Amino acid sequence: MSILAKMKMQPLLSVRDLSKFYGGRIGCADVGFDLYPGEVLGIVGESGSGKSTLLSCLAGHLAPDRGEVIFDTKEGPRDTVQMAEAARRRLARTDWAYVHQNPRDGLRMGVSAGGNVGERLMAVGARHYGDIRAAAVDWLGRVEIAADRVDDRPSAFSGGMQQRLQIARNLVTGPRLVFMDEPTGGLDVSVQARLLDLLRGLVREMGLSAIIVTHDLAVVRLLADRLMVMKGGYVVEQGLTDQVLDDPQHAYTQLLVSSVLQV
Amino acid sequence: MITISNLSKSFTLHNQGAAVIPVMAGANLAVAPGECLGLVGASGSGKSTLMRMIWGNYLAAAGSIMVGDVDVAKAAPREIIALRRGTLGYVSQFLRVVPRVPTVEVVAEPLLTLGIPAKEARARAMALLAQLNIPERLWSLSPTTFSGGEQQRVNIARGFVHPYPALLLDEPTASLDLVNREVVLTLIESAKARGAAIIGIFHDEQARARLCDRLVDVTQFTPEMAQ
Repeated sequence: MSILAKMKMQPLLSVRDLSKFYGGRIGCADVGFDLYPGEVLGIVGESGSGKSTLLSCLAGHLAPDRGEVIFDTKEGPRDTVQMAEAARRRLARTDWAYVHQNPRDGLRMGVSAGGNVGERLMAVGARHYGDIRAAAVDWLGRVEIAADRVDDRPSAFSGGMQQRLQIARNLVTGPRLVFMDEPTGGLDVSVQARLLDLLRGLVREMGLSAIIVTHDLAVVRLLADRLMVMKGGYVVEQGLTDQVLDDPQHAYTQLLVSSVLQV
Repeated sequence: MITISNLSKSFTLHNQGAAVIPVMAGANLAVAPGECLGLVGASGSGKSTLMRMIWGNYLAAAGSIMVGDVDVAKAAPREIIALRRGTLGYVSQFLRVVPRVPTVEVVAEPLLTLGIPAKEARARAMALLAQLNIPERLWSLSPTTFSGGEQQRVNIARGFVHPYPALLLDEPTASLDLVNREVVLTLIESAKARGAAIIGIFHDEQARARLCDRLVDVTQFTPEMAQ
């Protein structure tokens, strides 16, 4: 049996011709790719290259002007752009997760750490308090937050802990696709490394697919299987992560890779 | 197991006057299971380039690179990812890992991605680290702070922890002392004995003579330099 036949053929996410314009300016244009179960796709590019616009369109936070975002739902592949708002919101609670760069955007700062995690479970129908609390404590443990901090509010946490709490809140419902916007941005390098290791382990154990927007090439090398390079709203190059970084074909990618400072 | 036909490669440096540098043309070679092929040729003749093209991090301009039933020169990224997971192993000269991850986890990781239970994966990693004389007190530490020879052995452990049917070895004995060099040579010999097809770069001539069934001089694949 060929390797392809052994892999699941159905992509989890198929994006076709996705474009978003801000008046006359291009947000992102003509973006297309397939993401398969268990794959991690990195999107890199400088500020203003359209990578956050693209992520927002994929996750349903922004309505694209053109194109399809076909997600393999439990009822079969569906275009989430054409989907009713309520159905898309349901997907966002059950099958998707979104990790914001700033944990404050993804957490409820006035609610305890355990409450932040439990809330997501309740949103998908969990009602038994004991089970919810047990799941919350379990997930805090998996992101290395001690059980005795379960009743503390996120405002009492360090930046790295807040980010790990946001990840626990997002993954507790067992999503199949995680969108991440600069998940390690703004963290100390030592905290970044720990978070990277955590994410790699979770992706592997849960069979997650993920789309990670970042400007950090070292992060994508360690985390992403595949890489897309954006400039001016367009994807200028995409491929296997180490191929794009080690043998870049496009002028912009060559410039990007050669501009990284060596430590 | 590995068959390369009419392979060529050039680099286009867009930010340096769009210079096109042809680095390989008409490369052909084949390696059978249980065979070890040594790449030779002066520095810059394209040994590492060829190795990277087989691994898939350098794109081929033309030709084919069959590893098992996958043509790396044309395969989609996910086919190459799957190939690297179970079929093709690579011991590079450099260790690239997430900082602060313990050595034993670094070595066990290829097995975990294959779905082998964590306990078994760790046990196999530990056995190999012991065989490679990495002191047990280092196993729980990140290899990023290790000496060159220790890092190289961690890299070798990652490449041998799973019985890959095809293996690429880039100077696997370069910074090793005699005792550890012998351990690594024995590992390579047993990989050959179990039927692995191996392509290696060995500057260590005795190692080359002992391991390689054939040598290929890549200079014959090096095109005339562009003017």
